Amino acid sequence: MLRAALPLLGLPLAGAGAAETPTQEPRAPGEPPPGLALFRWQWHEVEAPYLVALWILVASLAKIVFHLSRKVTSLVPESCLLILLGLVLGGIVLAVAKKAEYQLEPGTFFLFLLPPIVLDSGYFMPSRLFFDNLGAILTYAVVGTLWNAFTTGTALWGLQQAGLVAPRVQAGLLDFLLFGSLISAVDPVAVLAVFEEVHVNETLFIIVFGESLLNDAVTVVLYKVCNSFVEMGSANVQVTDYLKGVASLFVVSLGGAAVGLVFAFLLALTTRFTKRVRIIEPLLVFLLAYAAYLTAEMTSLSAILAVTMCGLGCKKYVEANISHKSRTAVKYTMKTLASCAETVIFMLLGISAVDSSKWAWDSGLVLGTLFFILFFRALGVVLQTWVLNQFRLVPLDKIDQVVMSYGGLRGAVAFALVILLDRTKVPAKDYFVATTIVVVFFTVIVQGLTIKPLVKWLKVKRSEHHKPTLNQELHEHTFDHILAAVEDVVGHHGYHYWRDRWEQFDKKYLSQLLMRRSAYRIRDQIWDVYYRLNIRDAISFVDQGGHVLSSTGLTLPSMPSRNSVAETSVTNLLRESGSGACLDLQVIDTVRSGRDREDAVMHHLLCGGLYKPRRRYKASCSRHFISEDAQERQDKEVFQQNMKRRLESFKSTKHNICITKSKLRPRKAGHRKKDGVANTETTNGKPPRDLGFQDTAAVVLTVESEEESDSSETEKEDDEGIIFVARATGEVLQEGKVSGSLEVCPSPRIIPPSPTCAEKELPWKSGQGDLAVYVSSETTKIVPVDMQTGWNQSISSLESLASPPCTQAPAITHLPPYPLVAEEPQTPLHQSYDTCSSFTFPPSLAKAGRSRSESSADIPQQQELQPLMGHEDPSHLSLGAAKPRWHIQFNRSGQL
Amino acid sequence: MGSRSSHAAIIPDVDNIRRETGFSQASLVRLHHRFQALDRNKKGYLSRMDLQQIGALAVNPLGDRIIDSFFPDGSQRLDFPGFVRVLAHFRPVEDEDPGIRDPKAPEPLNSRMNKLRFAFQLYDQDRDGKISRHEMLQVLRLMVGVQVTEEQLESIADRTVQEADEDGDGAVSFLEFTKSLEKMNIEQKMSIRILK
Repeated sequence: MLRAALPLLGLPLAGAGAAETPTQEPRAPGEPPPGLALFRWQWHEVEAPYLVALWILVASLAKIVFHLSRKVTSLVPESCLLILLGLVLGGIVLAVAKKAEYQLEPGTFFLFLLPPIVLDSGYFMPSRLFFDNLGAILTYAVVGTLWNAFTTGTALWGLQQAGLVAPRVQAGLLDFLLFGSLISAVDPVAVLAVFEEVHVNETLFIIVFGESLLNDAVTVVLYKVCNSFVEMGSANVQVTDYLKGVASLFVVSLGGAAVGLVFAFLLALTTRFTKRVRIIEPLLVFLLAYAAYLTAEMTSLSAILAVTMCGLGCKKYVEANISHKSRTAVKYTMKTLASCAETVIFMLLGISAVDSSKWAWDSGLVLGTLFFILFFRALGVVLQTWVLNQFRLVPLDKIDQVVMSYGGLRGAVAFALVILLDRTKVPAKDYFVATTIVVVFFTVIVQGLTIKPLVKWLKVKRSEHHKPTLNQELHEHTFDHILAAVEDVVGHHGYHYWRDRWEQFDKKYLSQLLMRRSAYRIRDQIWDVYYRLNIRDAISFVDQGGHVLSSTGLTLPSMPSRNSVAETSVTNLLRESGSGACLDLQVIDTVRSGRDREDAVMHHLLCGGLYKPRRRYKASCSRHFISEDAQERQDKEVFQQNMKRRLESFKSTKHNICITKSKLRPRKAGHRKKDGVANTETTNGKPPRDLGFQDTAAVVLTVESEEESDSSETEKEDDEGIIFVARATGEVLQEGKVSGSLEVCPSPRIIPPSPTCAEKELPWKSGQGDLAVYVSSETTKIVPVDMQTGWNQSISSLESLASPPCTQAPAITHLPPYPLVAEEPQTPLHQSYDTCSSFTFPPSLAKAGRSRSESSADIPQQQELQPLMGHEDPSHLSLGAAKPRWHIQFNRSGQL
Repeated sequence: MGSRSSHAAIIPDVDNIRRETGFSQASLVRLHHRFQALDRNKKGYLSRMDLQQIGALAVNPLGDRIIDSFFPDGSQRLDFPGFVRVLAHFRPVEDEDPGIRDPKAPEPLNSRMNKLRFAFQLYDQDRDGKISRHEMLQVLRLMVGVQVTEEQLESIADRTVQEADEDGDGAVSFLEFTKSLEKMNIEQKMSIRILK
């Protein structure tokens, strides 16, 4: 095999090589001809991207290595390690190449490395927290940055005037102000890298971090203004230029924010229409956010602010619009890109520092700068906090202020800006570069290293992670409304008032416009928490395996012993019959014994409890559509099942609720009470098959509607396909079941061709109790798009089924005589078909025919499966039971 | 502004109110202003109608309930002390001048418990000391809006009650209510800065 393949592989290779080489010579076997290279070194063609990939790879590998030791990473922030690594690598490169290469280029930094980080932080910014503290954040970002820039600049100038800075540093006041403006800004990348590991409380984090993001506008303006002033020369600066500088602050910041919001709007609007092309949703998010960044950069507005606002603004709508998978994709891609960029930035910072040709050291300047930035930062924070605390509900205490002062890290933004300086205009550039590098290294390494112990030592309130609970969410909303109302009563239009206003505006107009209707319907925060809680529970349920199955609610005495056997056999059956054959009692034997019933019980239990891997081999090679069914349905089903279980256990313990409920819904009462009984009395002959379905109640319904709106694959319009109305739970469970399997069942094939006698028999024996289940397991195939009518009909047919003889009688006649053995599949088939046809209604003839052919195809399958169950009950295939069901079905379809 | 002190004199029984509620003089004056502004016919008390006239309250999903809480025990008149007493629940806890507060008073109106109690009685409409599933459902219906169907609401209500219900009686008692919120910074969340 291999030997045959080799020449085949070799030929095209040689052919390709030959095609490339212009001079073609006849092949001499054994030795490569001079013009025809089997192997060519084409480094220069791939050099640039190759190097980029290599750097990222090196950085990632380094990250992995760092994290091999938990001790190191718990003590030293990753950014420090990366900078050190960069220094080492830079040293190696310098030693090998004799010149410093691979600098942190400002162009690369601003165009490629910074946007992902900012987008990530903006998109995942906790918006509520952000806006709650917006006042403080803005103050620190604007006033604080201005304060830092001017004080540092003038102080350095004073230092120079005092003769403490060597005279070779040729810089005037403007140069120092320029330097001050670039060195004063707290850097988002550095802050994020360090603070993410420190876990201070959210308020503190959001203030420092929000400041670092929003101060970009101020930094950019100050930098540009000072830069142009320096280039113009201080003598030529007019008064109007100062005014322009002030005005540009507003233009740059508000303009940047506006650009971001416009793109956020566009993004949200676009994702509203991506229902058929889910696959590009993540891409859209990145593209439009990047477009926002570039647009702002192009118009020399604050690009960081633009991306931040874009991320912040679009998140709510985008998250609602895009599919669950896209959400995950966006999240992970964003995190990956940001982490990657951050890693590369810090490493390149280290590498760049090695390049001594750009350095010019002046101790006075370096030490002075270090001292001033720390001192003025602290002073500024204290002063501003004092003012802010007059207005804050929760004042920032001294410890907070210490952390905020100490957390003012400088980073790559400052470095990139200082590299961008023009040496001809700013003669002291080299000194500034050296100083900036030292400042950045000092803040990132020294402060980054010490801030964690400091936080511990000062006992700063840490962020506490607790799971959101429904109660908290609900009550939080209540509090919001209460506060808004009280503000109304007091007549003070404060923060709560405006937030309330905004939310109403958002609800009325923005959400309507930007969210697709189905998403809008389910996009409620309380609902969201509820949904997520359920997902979490479902996941944990899955993690626990089948244990929950037996432990919660369903206390079947026979279960523990048989659990494993039955489970494996049924799962195997399911696996084997990958066609999506409907799990039903055909697997269970005909012998009507107690064990038999247990099996039936078990089966239905598993039917409800196990995830059914239906439709596994759907072609998923399309590049444009991800087949959404598998995973998503799994999630949904698991979710659904979990809810059933939850409600069961819940209700069985709390009957009073059931009773109040049943008052509201008399229909349900009977079922419900029985449910309570069924939980305990499963053994005494009554097969509690309804267990699995009974309590699906509201929960299943909700899941389904969710699924409807979420799963884009179903081409039915989300909004009109299924509209759930409040109604009796009995109906609800039907619907849930119905829609669930409607989607899952690929073809009429799933109609069990040969239900067993046992199954057939059990319902009759069990009396009414099984009625619901009986239908619920079978209505599935029949139910049309409109559930309402479907249900009504199923009810009517059911009722006719329960009492009247016409359906029952013939079915029963067929019951005992045909205990089907697997070896002879044909006869029962015919019978089933015969009986079917005798009861079918004309319109469904075609369907019946088809299903017959399919059922015949299924028979061998079942034959194969036989052994799985067979060791317990050798002859358990029989077809009798199919008939009444077929009835219903055809009946139904005929009616419809 | 200069007439503040003279205004304070207008408020009847101002010292008692201050002691009870812990409001500063300036806040009381401002609230009195507001009280008078709300009192349309200068009748000296507020009726339900007066509060319902506030535009934004009508939109507030809990507006009616909050208005109700201003009128305890079915009374139809709200005098100024009652008005202030309700609002005192929302006074920030960290009062800068604790001297105003009577140290002997067992619990100031703005304590965590009282803030919670205020929220609790918005849920507990039948005043039986428990939030039943039904009451929870009603609140949810007000809050969640039309997008979520009734069935979904019910399941949320079920889950919410179930989550907080510790003794298994199918309802949330005040104790369970506070427990479910023990991680939340109520002092901060249920305070309004200007109500010093």
